Amino acid sequence: MSHVVDSTAEKPAGEQARASWRFLKNHLREYGILFALIAIMAFFQIATGGILLKPVNLTNLVLQNSYIVIMAIGMLLVIVAGHIDLSVGSVLGFTGALAAVMIVNWDVHYLIAGALCLVVGALIGAAQGFWVAYFRIPSFIVTLAGMLVFKGLTLWLLAGQSVGPLPPQFQLIASGFVPDLFAMEGFNLMSFLIGLAVATGLVLLALRTRVAQAKTGTLEEPFAFFAAKTAIIFIGISWMSWLMADFRGLPNVFIVMALLIAVYSFVTSRTTTGRRIYAIGGNEKAATLSGINSKRLVFLTFANMGMLAALAGLVFAARLNTATPKAGATFELDVIAAVFIGGASMAGGVGTVVGAVVGAFIMGVMNNGMSILGIGIDYQQVIKGLVLLAAVIFDVMNKKKG
Amino acid sequence: MLLSIRSLSKSFPGTKALDAVDFELKAGEVHALLGENGAGKSTLIKCMTGAYRRDSGQILLDGQPVSPGTTSEAQELGIGTVYQEINLLPNLTVAQNLTFGREPRRFGMISSRAQRDMAREMLAGYGLDIDVGRDLGSYSVAVQQVIAIARAVSLSGKVLILDEPTASLDAAEVRMLFDILRDLRDRGLGIVFVSHFLDQVFDLCDRLTVLRNGCKIATEAIAETDRLKLIKHMLGRELDEATEEERRKTTAPHEERHEMLRFDRVGRPGTVAPFDLTVRRGEVIGLAGLLGSGRTESAELLFGVRAAQSGQAHDEAGPVDFSNPRAAIRAGFGFAPEDRKTDGIIADLSVRENIVLALQARRGWTHPVPRAEQNRLADDYIARLDIRTSDAEKAVGDLSGGNQQKVVLARWLAMNPRFLILDEPTRGIDIGAHAEILRLIHQMTAEGMALLVISSEFDELVAVSDRIIVLRDRRHAHALVGDEVTADAIVRAIATPDAAQTQTRGAA
Repeated sequence: MSHVVDSTAEKPAGEQARASWRFLKNHLREYGILFALIAIMAFFQIATGGILLKPVNLTNLVLQNSYIVIMAIGMLLVIVAGHIDLSVGSVLGFTGALAAVMIVNWDVHYLIAGALCLVVGALIGAAQGFWVAYFRIPSFIVTLAGMLVFKGLTLWLLAGQSVGPLPPQFQLIASGFVPDLFAMEGFNLMSFLIGLAVATGLVLLALRTRVAQAKTGTLEEPFAFFAAKTAIIFIGISWMSWLMADFRGLPNVFIVMALLIAVYSFVTSRTTTGRRIYAIGGNEKAATLSGINSKRLVFLTFANMGMLAALAGLVFAARLNTATPKAGATFELDVIAAVFIGGASMAGGVGTVVGAVVGAFIMGVMNNGMSILGIGIDYQQVIKGLVLLAAVIFDVMNKKKG
Repeated sequence: MLLSIRSLSKSFPGTKALDAVDFELKAGEVHALLGENGAGKSTLIKCMTGAYRRDSGQILLDGQPVSPGTTSEAQELGIGTVYQEINLLPNLTVAQNLTFGREPRRFGMISSRAQRDMAREMLAGYGLDIDVGRDLGSYSVAVQQVIAIARAVSLSGKVLILDEPTASLDAAEVRMLFDILRDLRDRGLGIVFVSHFLDQVFDLCDRLTVLRNGCKIATEAIAETDRLKLIKHMLGRELDEATEEERRKTTAPHEERHEMLRFDRVGRPGTVAPFDLTVRRGEVIGLAGLLGSGRTESAELLFGVRAAQSGQAHDEAGPVDFSNPRAAIRAGFGFAPEDRKTDGIIADLSVRENIVLALQARRGWTHPVPRAEQNRLADDYIARLDIRTSDAEKAVGDLSGGNQQKVVLARWLAMNPRFLILDEPTRGIDIGAHAEILRLIHQMTAEGMALLVISSEFDELVAVSDRIIVLRDRRHAHALVGDEVTADAIVRAIATPDAAQTQTRGAA
């Protein structure tokens, strides 16, 4: 069906422009979030006189936001399923504390401790999901209870003290960098190559999808948009990895994050299980009537959230090199805000992993940029709150028009 | 005349809901208002109670023209309404509910003792012995209904409109309610009674008015009418309308078909009385009945949407589990529900994803349907059912209503069940697609699939069904087989439950 591709080329320029405009209007949400991130980064890059994208700051930005991003991925699934999880901050704190206590006080090997923490996180999520899924207790209540319970248990476990320091190998989770096989002076070539490979891979994937769309005649996106979007992504990722390679290379946690994003993007958009989560979030009754085990799926979604919160807990503990009773406080709010900024719907059934990640980075860049500018924490909170509100209002208005 | 409505019309964008309707209510009578879905009953009630503003026509109360603009205005004039879903507040006490809006005050504060006294006074004469200080929600629906009536009567006191008051009551509660209503009638109230239960209409009412498609069809005294006449009014059909030539050409006589499934004594108290059903390969069973007769409820029991409290199913291999939709799908059942908007489509997912949903559920998540096959299925059904969409990846929520219905239908056809239940499969679908769906039904049964079709269109049922089960008052009252299957016989079976058997047997 090559004529579909041709027909866009043959259209007079005026009509083509109109078609492009229509497309942009229909897809404002998807492009909007990406442009918002770029605009915010550009603004702070200028406002901070170039500090924002200095290699050291960029690396910091990734490290600072890694645990939020990791949890935002799990939270996206929970919110798409039509629920909410308020306990993630406390679970992060608890699992971090558990890891520290096991390693420091009980001399458990750090790998075993880490694995056990992931299991404990999954169990915590499962325990909450059990009540939500099988007893239909509102998730808001169950996870609010979980938030209090695990905040308390963290205090109890740490006996109100900080526990640390952690072994250097464990710290590498958060503070390690991809080793450079090429051993160049002052530049981590390995990191740059990985970044370049990821960017190229994304471009190839996008091209493949476009070719497949053209074949089935479902091509909608004008070529100019496609090219611009792909180019921005390619240049963006290559440039970022160049910058970070110039400092110490890609952080290990960046690799973990990238893998999680790739895996969960695939799961949510391509697998049966992932699509079913959207189905139950969109219309649970219809999904149940179509034979979907919505209870088990909600249960598993919460278990997954718990596991990711535990992973974030390990990263956070490793980054601070200590477990503190205060760890994770109010993180749940940042995570939930990130998911909603990223275009998820409170009613469930709508949202993407990439959107949630971009949402997390929007929050992260704003935090970082405003801190560099020396804006007080008071104004920072106000501005972040207003950005969240504006993003959701934009979404709702956009949906009403369409 | 207590209440006269003259030539009342009301339009909504695209439809004329009421067209010059006349209605008269005497003091001291119970007047039934009857009609199928979309006949205009609710619109008429809402015009009387001020919930809607009429376009034209007159409402005379005690000979004086009135035009209530809000429900509270209607109440002050003397017109009170009790809706099916009781519009009281279950979290407040009975006394608070009864005195809501005119609480007795003492020194500017609500006096709860005076409030309780007032409530007890209002309930006197209703034969209720309840504690007015307890929450309304702690009493049964029947008691709540009576309390709602007591409130409406004391507020209004001339006209009482009851919308489906008995829908969720059992027989004893209905008797209690009717005693109260007769008492109110004898006290001189005019009562408008809306119900789908014809037995109750004949039991309680003095006169009846039938609406159909927004027009008044007839007003008659109960004593001078019979069920058959009434149902003809409601459905708007004449008995001599021949539909024989449209009949489905059955390939094999009923008895020769291979038995596939047998349901024994499937039922649920308050939903549908226990019934037996034998399903044979390649046959189409029609379920006929008036609205509220238990058609959809029967289908929901068979598919496990509501768990049956009694009964079991067997096929050649042994017992079949149909306790929930998932089990039913595993057993090879399918169910395209009546209300696609709330029970069918998932608006944010694409046409393709909506279509493969049930098939995927049947195969289990470990055996995903390959993308190529998904695309093929989606394109196939888009073409076969003429689903109007730019492509298979469009969100179903962006399609028009009729096309959404076709997507739901496609979902179940794609699953290829052995026993498919279609609840109103052609409602809201254009003529072309209508014919295509009927053609598909023939094709599917030729391949051995058995169908249970629920429809309010009796002609359609007669055209597609091998046999028809007629429901009445939530019971499977009668079965029509072979040559007995005519729209005429269906109407008779609905109308005269006891005589129907002998009548149709005699005709056959």
